[in-house]
Amino acid sequence: MSLKIDHVSVIYPAADGRPPVAALSDINLDIGEGEFVVALGASGCGKSTLLNLIAGFLSPTSGSLTLDGRMVMGPGADRAVVFQKHALLPWLNVIDNVAFGLQIQGIGKQDRYRTANEYIGLLGLDGFQSSPVYKLSGGMQQRVGIARALTCDPKILLMDEPLGALDALTREKAQELILRIWGETGKSVFFITHSVEEALFMGTKLIVMSPRPGRITHVFDLPFSRQFQSGTLARQVKASPEFIALREKVLNIIFADEEAVE
Amino acid sequence: MTDPRPAKSPGLWARLARARPTKPGEIYGVPGQGNTFWLSVASVLALLALWWLVTALGLVKPLFVPSPQSVLAKFAQVWREGFTNTSFLDHVLISTARVFGAFILACAIGLPLGLAMGMSPLMRGIFDPPIEFYRPIPPLAYLPLMIIWFGIGETSKVLLIFLSIFAPIVLGARSGVKSAAIEQIHAAYSFGATRWQVMRHVILPSAMPEILTAMRVGVGFGWTTLVAAEMVAATSGLGYMVLSASQFLQTSVVIMGIFVIASIAFAFDLMMRFLERRLVPWKGRM
Repeated sequence: MSLKIDHVSVIYPAADGRPPVAALSDINLDIGEGEFVVALGASGCGKSTLLNLIAGFLSPTSGSLTLDGRMVMGPGADRAVVFQKHALLPWLNVIDNVAFGLQIQGIGKQDRYRTANEYIGLLGLDGFQSSPVYKLSGGMQQRVGIARALTCDPKILLMDEPLGALDALTREKAQELILRIWGETGKSVFFITHSVEEALFMGTKLIVMSPRPGRITHVFDLPFSRQFQSGTLARQVKASPEFIALREKVLNIIFADEEAVE
Repeated sequence: MTDPRPAKSPGLWARLARARPTKPGEIYGVPGQGNTFWLSVASVLALLALWWLVTALGLVKPLFVPSPQSVLAKFAQVWREGFTNTSFLDHVLISTARVFGAFILACAIGLPLGLAMGMSPLMRGIFDPPIEFYRPIPPLAYLPLMIIWFGIGETSKVLLIFLSIFAPIVLGARSGVKSAAIEQIHAAYSFGATRWQVMRHVILPSAMPEILTAMRVGVGFGWTTLVAAEMVAATSGLGYMVLSASQFLQTSVVIMGIFVIASIAFAFDLMMRFLERRLVPWKGRM
């Protein structure tokens, strides 16, 4: 799996008398097999635009995106998206939500339930197969969303602030769960977040983006998620001097961007 | 610091002007919360009692307001003997058939059309002007046209009721298309769904609450239009019964007919509410 983003720019056309907006300017990014790339930045920096490009919901104004050498033309099952919220289908129960992607692809009921049950087990949702999703907690709903994204065996998972609506404790547990699943499945991940700590903890590569025009200003290679995977406790990782030093460095970058905007 | 006196209970005005702390289990400040069942029962009983009292004291002539007993007696009589040579059940059946025939027709055409208008600017552009043009016109205003075009048979009656139901159904289905969250639609597309699959698996189910509401509103309009439709050379039906009874100054039959129409409409509404709870229990919860 290799995703190449090559000199991509997105310019939203002028509207209501305002000049055209460069949402993304000259983005270059490679995401390799098993990489966990986290995008972080002030609001308006184009993180979501970048995710929409990879998902195929948006075409670039210039530049090109290729997945395994093939141009990205529209959405496809090789790139699964996990949304922040509102993306589950409340008229379906848990297993039918998880199996939704397979149903779209025309897989028979038995087969899709078998696959769905695997991922339901992986996400710790066993026993909730027939629960209505609207009765689940926010954390469980998000796990249903992740299970659904995984069932179609995508090459890359695109996660758009997937934990943004969760409370702090649930969020930390969900971070560990996602890292565990990433380790077990070996998927590549593109992950958007507003939380610096989450970004540092989860990624193997961090891209820091700045607004006006949206662009990548810093790239860091991160060791922390591997440390967690090799057995160090999450809180220990987050309390280590290297983690704290990098957190302060990234926070300084982001705050400087926010002030520049004001 | 310690003040053993209980807080002064607020005056009536203060209680009306702002919310009081709620009981456990309720949420502070929700507008109009509270169960109204027994109050509604009491309201109905009070109205019936008032009706009875006014007639029993002879304050109003029976020609204007017949007593509850005489309406009941009239109901029993019409039930046994029929009205204008047609049995009571036939009156009920023919009216119900007209309203529900028109309703089913309006759903069969209106739901797909409304969905198509929600989905396609082409369909919206074509069908929005005629529907918006005729929607606010009272059915009585175009009733003469119906008669001139379609005669005095069943066609013009059902068509009139159909038109009154059609517009709310179309509008409900059309705005229901907007109910699906963009994330739900994107999720489906990201699994490689076709436009048709998105329609079938995401947009249609999420439009169901609005569609059911539109059906409830629509069938209400249907009953409203029934009497107008049965003004046209009808010889049976509840609307006809009410109209001809009024010409013979049989006020008790008029009132009885009104109650029968209201009961059928109410029973159908209860059924729709039941369906709503069964079909879309998730309404407003996600």
